[in-house]
Amino acid sequence: MATATLPTSGNWSDSKRYLWPLGALILLLPIAGTIGYEQTGWAVTLWFAFIILYAVIPLADYLIGEDHANPPDSAMASLASDRYYRYALFASVPVYLGMWFYMAWFGATHDLPWYAWLGLTLSLGVGCGLAINIAHELGHQTSPVERFLAKLMLAPGFYGHFYVEHNRGHHIQVATPEDPASSRFGENFYEFFPRCVAGSFKRAWNIEKKRLEREGKSVWHWSNDNLQSTAMTIVLWTIVGVWLGWQAVLFVAIAGAYGGSLLEVINYLEHYGLMRQKRADGSYERCQPHHSWNSNHIVTNVLLYHLQRHSDHHANPTRSYQTLRHFEGVPSLPSGYAAMILVAYIPPLWFRLMDPKVVAHHQGDMRKANIKPSVRDAVIAKYSQSASVATA
Amino acid sequence: MKKWRCLVCDYIYDEAKGWPEEGIAAGTLWDDVPAGWSCPDCGASKADFELIDN
Repeated sequence: MATATLPTSGNWSDSKRYLWPLGALILLLPIAGTIGYEQTGWAVTLWFAFIILYAVIPLADYLIGEDHANPPDSAMASLASDRYYRYALFASVPVYLGMWFYMAWFGATHDLPWYAWLGLTLSLGVGCGLAINIAHELGHQTSPVERFLAKLMLAPGFYGHFYVEHNRGHHIQVATPEDPASSRFGENFYEFFPRCVAGSFKRAWNIEKKRLEREGKSVWHWSNDNLQSTAMTIVLWTIVGVWLGWQAVLFVAIAGAYGGSLLEVINYLEHYGLMRQKRADGSYERCQPHHSWNSNHIVTNVLLYHLQRHSDHHANPTRSYQTLRHFEGVPSLPSGYAAMILVAYIPPLWFRLMDPKVVAHHQGDMRKANIKPSVRDAVIAKYSQSASVATA
Repeated sequence: MKKWRCLVCDYIYDEAKGWPEEGIAAGTLWDDVPAGWSCPDCGASKADFELIDN
């Protein structure tokens, strides 16, 4: 450590520098839960990771609060090229894969009551969800190492389509009615989730089909990224099945599905009701900072590698996590993503909290919002009255 | 004339064709495309493009 140099530019140094490895360390929580169970016999310890995500992190966001600080422009180049950040992210890969195999082994070799088993499954699922977020960061990088690791991180949870559809689907269609991964005003999470998953799988398949056709290859060619990631999943699940039995495969599959739902509930938060406008020629305006919901809550930002600085992410998708910036005047959520997940699970609460924010953002002109088609006309009529009253 | 590919979404900027929809005339070299211009498909910045070799 004595030889370590801080990335300084003038007198600026990155205050989050030594916090980023927490993103890898938190993947050990499910294991900590099993150790606690061995020591105490209390099933609640197997819920450890789940409880941290849903209770401790939202509370910590509330207590510790926000961080609006940005690195100065003069520090950006050295911050972006500092390999420390790259390795801090890479560290999460062996930790996740090791944890995943360990959890499969633990589940298969312990006779657990159902409530203990459920806690074990959800805790592994939290790990799978966090791994998708890490794969998201890796999948936006341009080097082949990162891109391979992105596919690998998605494989245990059978979420490889995300690698294809996120960059070449969501980033193109974001905040339009055509995007399955952008939620609509009036659409609750339970409507959004199946629409998003089905639409995303379909889009991922079509994107690769089109690319391979352009290259004169069949969609079944081995270079199809969807097939590559599915193959990785088959290998990993076969290892688990042969080693630990089919119940263990079922266990990791359920955990993976729950992990996927965590990614999609975050998708639900990120663009709710926001819409890019169409230009005269029928194309959409470019994605701009006001087309994403942001948060600066520090704890969730560290654990999700600045994912909540979402406006900058869409403006500069290959910008690495440590350099993402807070923008002034962009749509902001009342709390961090971790707390907002809980709100999204309770649709009446979500609508009550978020709908006024979407309406205010559009100054009552809901023609500019992305609205669930079945209620679109009613919503526009309802708020146009209040908008005209307000301006009269 | 060269081509530049968006690293995020695979959109290709062809110098020979330009992007007349936004006033970038056919034949505009990549260096002459305004710095603030971004990918018409996904909005990624000009820095997120790479030169296609062939």
